Amino acid sequence: MTQDPSGTKQTGTIAVKRGLAEMLKGGVIMDVVTPEHAKIAEDSGAVAVMALERVPADIRVQGGVARMSDPDMIEGIKAVVSIPVMAKARIGHFVEAQILQALGVDYIDESEVLTPADEAHHIDKFAFTVPFVCGATNLGEALRRISEGACLIRSKGEAGTGNIVEAVRHLRSIIGDIRRITQADAAELFDWAKKLQAPLPLVQEIAETGWLQVPLFCAGGIATPADAALAMQLGAESVFVGSGIFKSGEPEKRAKAIVEATTHFRDADILAKVSRGLGEPMTGIGMDQIVTKLADRGW
Amino acid sequence: MRVGVLAVQGAFARHGAALAELGAEPCFVRTPADLAGVRALVMPGGESTAMSRLLLTSGLFDAVQERLDAGMPVFGTCAGMILLAGEVLDGRPDQRSFAAIDLTVRRNGYGRQVDSFEQDLTVAGLDSPFHAVFIRAPVVIRVGPQAEVLAEHEGVPVLVRQGGVTVASFHPELTEDHRLHAQFLQEVG
Repeated sequence: MTQDPSGTKQTGTIAVKRGLAEMLKGGVIMDVVTPEHAKIAEDSGAVAVMALERVPADIRVQGGVARMSDPDMIEGIKAVVSIPVMAKARIGHFVEAQILQALGVDYIDESEVLTPADEAHHIDKFAFTVPFVCGATNLGEALRRISEGACLIRSKGEAGTGNIVEAVRHLRSIIGDIRRITQADAAELFDWAKKLQAPLPLVQEIAETGWLQVPLFCAGGIATPADAALAMQLGAESVFVGSGIFKSGEPEKRAKAIVEATTHFRDADILAKVSRGLGEPMTGIGMDQIVTKLADRGW
Repeated sequence: MRVGVLAVQGAFARHGAALAELGAEPCFVRTPADLAGVRALVMPGGESTAMSRLLLTSGLFDAVQERLDAGMPVFGTCAGMILLAGEVLDGRPDQRSFAAIDLTVRRNGYGRQVDSFEQDLTVAGLDSPFHAVFIRAPVVIRVGPQAEVLAEHEGVPVLVRQGGVTVASFHPELTEDHRLHAQFLQEVG
């Protein structure tokens, strides 16, 4: 067996970056703040962990500036799990992203959960070998992030609330507009691009393929197996669970149940089975009690 | 022809699309009942530890093992290769595999995501190179005497067949080139 001499080895390509997102589909990515959490997440069947210093619920309560995690903390989590490790950088903070890439994290979340570092620009994600996930509340935002090089889009939802209502709004908005674009004629696509403030070629590609160029996951407010299955039935392809697991009474039980619910999201018998006896869910917050809406961050 | 795609987690949708394009009837398998009427099975890339867990909780593990023992053809890519290998290094202690092919693989043997890569391969039986995408791929450490190496990358086997079991450490489902899926369907008959 000889190797083809003309093909050169390439890393950090679009195919490789979007490819890892494909591998995470139908899975649960869990926020973890300690190596112990990370172990529980992996034991429970997480497909990846998001290493951060405080879960969004605590960031909300404690306030102050939320930044990239301490490299020691990220290294500590990388050391105990064999699944992919993600970490968050502030919106527009490309140096935090450079540091995370140097640490060898597998995905960077340019996240509205942290305090934005730039009020006009997101990170130029094409400049990196490591892939990026970005949040979006609507299709225009999703396409702007993709045009900057994001290889995975997630709904923003409203992190740290344990309230699924905002994630549902965002998923319905993104997927609803995708459906409408597939019905538009060629002339109407120009108007869609203008309305969405998104590049025309990306809008035209949606009209052709009926989906985003990258996977769409759900984040922000998932607290129960039923929430995860709701997101999946609405069209999300995987779920991120932040505060919902480790702010609940029995994190391991709940983590396992959410993993099963994400796989069997259309099977109500399995959903009923895994929803039993999970202890206390996180208390949660109503949207009328929210002072700072994290989802408004991002441009 | 009805071909199952293991769909507990991972890139199952892309495999399904490739099979459908080739005229097969893909069927996503999440529970033992989904296996009924399936002639062959594809095990996609994904997270092998999560897939192993979900195979056990769904009761699919024993059902799939029974069909594999009875000779059901199977094509495993990346995590699918890990699930089918006889010996898995750097796995979790509770991780299970079907031992359907005499192979030793090391999980994440090519490194982390920043080391993931794509490159053309020469594949036995194909008349032009196959563009292969490797993502946090398992590396083959040892190939048993019964197994046949169909492609190598830098001297390491990356596509291996033993009887009705074919495994790849890369992702043919991520490109538009469906020749390996076509070969698999041809073998299934």
